[in-house]
Amino acid sequence: MDISLQQVGYSYALGTPFEKRALKEVNASIKSGSYTAVIGHTGSGKSTLLLHLNGLLKPSEGTVRIGDVNITASTKAKELKEIRKHVGIVFQFPEHQLFEETVEKDIMFGPMNFGVPAEEAKRRAHELIKLLGLPEDVAQKSPFDLSGGQMRRVAIAGVLAFKPSILILDEPTAGLDPRGRKEIMELFNKLHEEEGLTTILVTHSMEDAARYADQILVMHEGRSVMAGTPADVFSDAERLKTFRLGLPRSVAFQRDFEKLIGQPLDKLALTEEQLAFEIAAALKDGER
Amino acid sequence: MKEILSLDHVSYTYESEEGEPRKAVDEVSFTVWEGEWIAIVGHNGSGKSTLAKLMIGLLFPENGKLNVFLEELNVDNLWDIRSRIGIVFQNPDNQFVGSTVQDDVAFALENNGVPYDQMVPRVHESLAQVNMEGFLDHEPHHLSGGQKQRVAIAGALAMRPKLLILDEATSMLDPQGRDEVIKVVDELKRTTGLTVISITHDLEEVLLADKVIVMNDGKMMMSGKPEAIFAHGDELEAIGLDLPFASRLSRFLREEGIAIQGEHTTEEELVNELWTFHCNK
Repeated sequence: MDISLQQVGYSYALGTPFEKRALKEVNASIKSGSYTAVIGHTGSGKSTLLLHLNGLLKPSEGTVRIGDVNITASTKAKELKEIRKHVGIVFQFPEHQLFEETVEKDIMFGPMNFGVPAEEAKRRAHELIKLLGLPEDVAQKSPFDLSGGQMRRVAIAGVLAFKPSILILDEPTAGLDPRGRKEIMELFNKLHEEEGLTTILVTHSMEDAARYADQILVMHEGRSVMAGTPADVFSDAERLKTFRLGLPRSVAFQRDFEKLIGQPLDKLALTEEQLAFEIAAALKDGER
Repeated sequence: MKEILSLDHVSYTYESEEGEPRKAVDEVSFTVWEGEWIAIVGHNGSGKSTLAKLMIGLLFPENGKLNVFLEELNVDNLWDIRSRIGIVFQNPDNQFVGSTVQDDVAFALENNGVPYDQMVPRVHESLAQVNMEGFLDHEPHHLSGGQKQRVAIAGALAMRPKLLILDEATSMLDPQGRDEVIKVVDELKRTTGLTVISITHDLEEVLLADKVIVMNDGKMMMSGKPEAIFAHGDELEAIGLDLPFASRLSRFLREEGIAIQGEHTTEEELVNELWTFHCNK
């Protein structure tokens, strides 16, 4: 399902003295099957934006189009339910939303709420436990007896259980240790590729945005200010700086290295592996 | 040098309802000297948080000896010792009690009966130390994560602690907030000689420490200066820890056939090394 936003604006507490404009004239186009990273400084409107992508918020102005459904200020709440079957959101610290007695029941809750029979929901729960690399015996355990990293996996399984075709991730690795962060990001990447998901990642990590996304959307003070491939967006360090955003470490290092040898490398390196390859090529080039 | 804290073969086991007890801290020994900045690293479940709980007397060792300020920690001296330790926890939203920044910083002072005329200058001084003196009457929930953690540090500093413990204090912050907090702690250490024990995953923070303690499965796996620790890249990765960017890049460069000499933990060092390489060929 394609997603597009046209001139989307949103105000919290509209029409009260506490009215706060969180989004202004936001435009974006997210193709089915793409991996989009949304980056922006704290308070840039990233989180408000993602709440629009499954109808948790309706725009005050403009149109959000998800598949063939248009959401505007006047869309009825009933029409949004259909959309939510297709869009899964993994919020920050999703483990805070666990509530059932057992892991199995917690994962089954979402699909059963959407009318999936218990047998089928149970089967999916067990598939997901496996897919997320959790030990088989967690199914009958209380989710609250698990480690932090395992609890997060269970919460993610709960979102995947109703088979969304669009997966929205809000800082999914916050608070995990380095190994946990890497494992979760690799897992989402695998799901994205194998399940053909449309993935939208909201992140503070320029490194993750550069490594995983094929398109980046930059938010600043409630507006969509830049969009393009990671190579495009991270080529413009000056402009990113005005939005209080930095470069991925590999790109920053590449710039330092280019200054040193007085010539640019062939390509903008979006990962450390690429950077090592490009630097090695440049150094070996001189030898010939 | 004055000893601030020492552990001598300290162990702690959690009893579990489901039978198997879990040894969270296993025969750990180390000493922290006045003015040192110690980083304790390890993956989740390695025992580092249990260590923190032992240091502030939330738990007591089942074996071994734990001295804080040269006294063995026990139920009688616990409160006195805790009053000389400042702690900042992970979640900035869970540690606010005051309705304004200055009320919040004054909270512990009020609790400890510090007279009003001393309280006011101490609050101002503490907030100045974390570069938050312009926010006296701001409401805490309107601050950014980094600002909140700096106020939490000011709250700890107002009690003039001899030891500051940071328990993953930067792990929930955005990159800018993390930089703000690390910079403030670095400044404090240089200007006041405060002893800092930081439990962290953040490598930039680890690189600033005087000494790093690596925990794995409840045991102290190694300890030493950051450069010496990061020279053991493979072992660190094997236990689920990350390496600094420059160390990771050095490894990929070696794999590409570039013979990087020595261990470089900062980007600056690695660029210089590459410059040498470039000039010598």
